Amino acid sequence: MLQDFGADMLSVTVWISFIGISLSIILLVYRTIKGPTNADRAVALDSIGINMMALVGLQAINLATDQLNDIVLLIGILLFIGTIAIAKFLEKGVIIDRHNH
Amino acid sequence: MIDIIISLLLLIGTFFTFSGSLGIIRFPDVYTRLHAATKAATLGVAGVLLGAFFYLLFDQGIVSGKLLIGIVFVLMTAPISGHMISRAAYNSGVQLTQHTKHDQLNQDTRRTTK
Repeated sequence: MLQDFGADMLSVTVWISFIGISLSIILLVYRTIKGPTNADRAVALDSIGINMMALVGLQAINLATDQLNDIVLLIGILLFIGTIAIAKFLEKGVIIDRHNH
Repeated sequence: MIDIIISLLLLIGTFFTFSGSLGIIRFPDVYTRLHAATKAATLGVAGVLLGAFFYLLFDQGIVSGKLLIGIVFVLMTAPISGHMISRAAYNSGVQLTQHTKHDQLNQDTRRTTK
């Protein structure tokens, strides 16, 4: 009885978390489209990537598999490189500076 | 028992992620939005990934170190991203909000260039 309730509770909690993180991604997409400056859009895109990492972790619980753990790391690394590239482009207009050293 | 702990971790992570997004919507300028983006969202994703790690460990018997590496990676890279974005915003001339009382960086850069 208690074991069944525990399994049901975990499933319900996973779906509540899916809905909450999806709502937060929708809010961030609103900020990405509307944002007054380009730095606001960079912040919102960074947070969208972090929320996608959480979403993939939830999907790993939902499917009860460990095949999705590489995807979490992959999204994290691509997100870091992309955010650094966007920040350097906003600051200088170039991403790879070849003549400044 | 372990299901209750996993559920609590997931709910705490979702709460912090959602409050971080709400802060990005509600705060007035870039420099205050970076607080919500880098602190609350980092703690939220750490909670959710720790819940996934405990579920795979106790329910499936899989020790998945990649999720722990993912948590450490997010904790390392989120402050660097926030610092780069805020420096780019300040150097490209994004205005502070009108409620700002004190701009220490402006004073220091004027003093050194004088």
